[in-house]
Amino acid sequence: MNDILNTSILNISNLTITPKNAPNRLLVNNVSLTLSAGKTTCIVGESGSGKSLTALSIMGLLSSQLQAQGSIQFQGSELTKLDNKALQSIRGAKIGMIFQEPMTSLNPVLTVGYQIGETLTAHLGLKGAGLKLRVESLLQQVGIPFERANSYPDELSGGQRQRVMIAMSIACEPLLLIADEPTTALDVTVQAQILQLLDELKTRMNMAMLFITHDFGVVADIADDVIVMFRGEIVETGSKNAVLTKPKHPYTKALLACVPDAEGKKQLKPIDYSWLENAA
Amino acid sequence: MSEVILQANNLVKTYTQRSGRFGFASTQIKALDDVSITLKAGTTLAVVGESGSGKSTLARCLLQLHPFDSGEVLFQGQDLARLSGEALRNIRKHLQMVFQDPFASLNPRMKVGEIVGEGLLIHGLGSAAEQKEKVLQMLERVGLEITDVQKYPHQFSGGQRQRIGIARALVLEPKVVVCDEPVSALDVSVQAQILLLLKALQQEMNLSYIFISHDLRVVRHIADEMVVMSAGKVVEQGKVVDIYNAPQQPYTQQLLNAIPGRKAA
Repeated sequence: MNDILNTSILNISNLTITPKNAPNRLLVNNVSLTLSAGKTTCIVGESGSGKSLTALSIMGLLSSQLQAQGSIQFQGSELTKLDNKALQSIRGAKIGMIFQEPMTSLNPVLTVGYQIGETLTAHLGLKGAGLKLRVESLLQQVGIPFERANSYPDELSGGQRQRVMIAMSIACEPLLLIADEPTTALDVTVQAQILQLLDELKTRMNMAMLFITHDFGVVADIADDVIVMFRGEIVETGSKNAVLTKPKHPYTKALLACVPDAEGKKQLKPIDYSWLENAA
Repeated sequence: MSEVILQANNLVKTYTQRSGRFGFASTQIKALDDVSITLKAGTTLAVVGESGSGKSTLARCLLQLHPFDSGEVLFQGQDLARLSGEALRNIRKHLQMVFQDPFASLNPRMKVGEIVGEGLLIHGLGSAAEQKEKVLQMLERVGLEITDVQKYPHQFSGGQRQRIGIARALVLEPKVVVCDEPVSALDVSVQAQILLLLKALQQEMNLSYIFISHDLRVVRHIADEMVVMSAGKVVEQGKVVDIYNAPQQPYTQQLLNAIPGRKAA
């Protein structure tokens, strides 16, 4: 059993994403990565580095203007080859996803209880009293009183909405949870709570978590492994400590030098791209 | 250096919000509840707090962009609330603002030269040729090209747009600049560039900054003194170094503990 739990959950190899009308523009260039159960892998990068596109392509949610090449293996099946129907049975069931903006990703005219329940009905066929019980237990797992099931999204705070999103994404006990900047829109104290909650859930459910962020502080708090992306390519991968304390790639070093620290010991440096010229 | 340039005493600002089903009832929200701050010339005062704490309302009240219920704002000893019309306009060139969103705060139909030069035009500072010269100098100073005057905002990246916003504020050679979350929409590499630029310009032009931010790591780098706000009230204020080393109030401690990456570091 343990052997199975320790094996990799998702394997991306040589993923390349290009616009259909400009196949030479490599938005994501030859990206390969592996996600394992019980581990949090952070993808860090600036806007336009391709971190969100990589995550969306796992779920088959890329815009129709884009095309992906390469292989995405999830539990022995090749996700890029699946049709929409087959993908739908995986999305929300075996792979959960949380988005950045908790305000826009919930439907304002449905109660949060109903929205959490939809996932369970669609994938597990739960109905009636059984469904109600499961929704209430999910709300409690994410730290929201179960009476809140009857509330509408606008009656909840930003942090509570993100907790509802998390409840929805873990409803079917997914093997993989993708979180795309889940705390960027939140206040720092709320962010700290949500990070802690995600970390607890990951450990308890032995999920693989793919966590996308641009904030190295968040990486330091939540990651096991780190992938640094720059202009569509992976420039560095490694364990959290290796990447944060002994970065090898000049881009990682330059990016870390830009991050202000809370102690104020560090001298901020503007980012240095001179290594690009040497590389080219 | 320790001369006070801007001071707010006992500011109170109440918003009335519709509440209840269909908005028939109303509730009073105290956005500023007896807030007093002091900005010394040539220094940076950071205002930190979570969303809804009243920090942006404070910025707007300081610049007289919002009327407030009671209290006073003194700029070099002069009560701004008593000024109106011509007198207030004259003083406004000394008080400028840099906004958070570099996409929304620039008029998409104006060229960069017009955006940056508009203040000079309104205040009638110098001849047309002098104004043009000043705009070009300012653009170069913030790291843009002279040829950029002919371009429109959409032709620039987020960081470059923020540079345009800074040029627009500084071309009038103001004394106080209120920066409302100037780097929170930017990537960390661009954020570092803008922070360094703001610091350099402060030295050169002897500017005083009110720096509104929710990011305590940024505040640590840019500010000399800070005010912590929560629910419209000032919870704690003092030197940045002192507060970071020994926060006195539980709320400040909570904020500092929530800084991501602090535990690991």
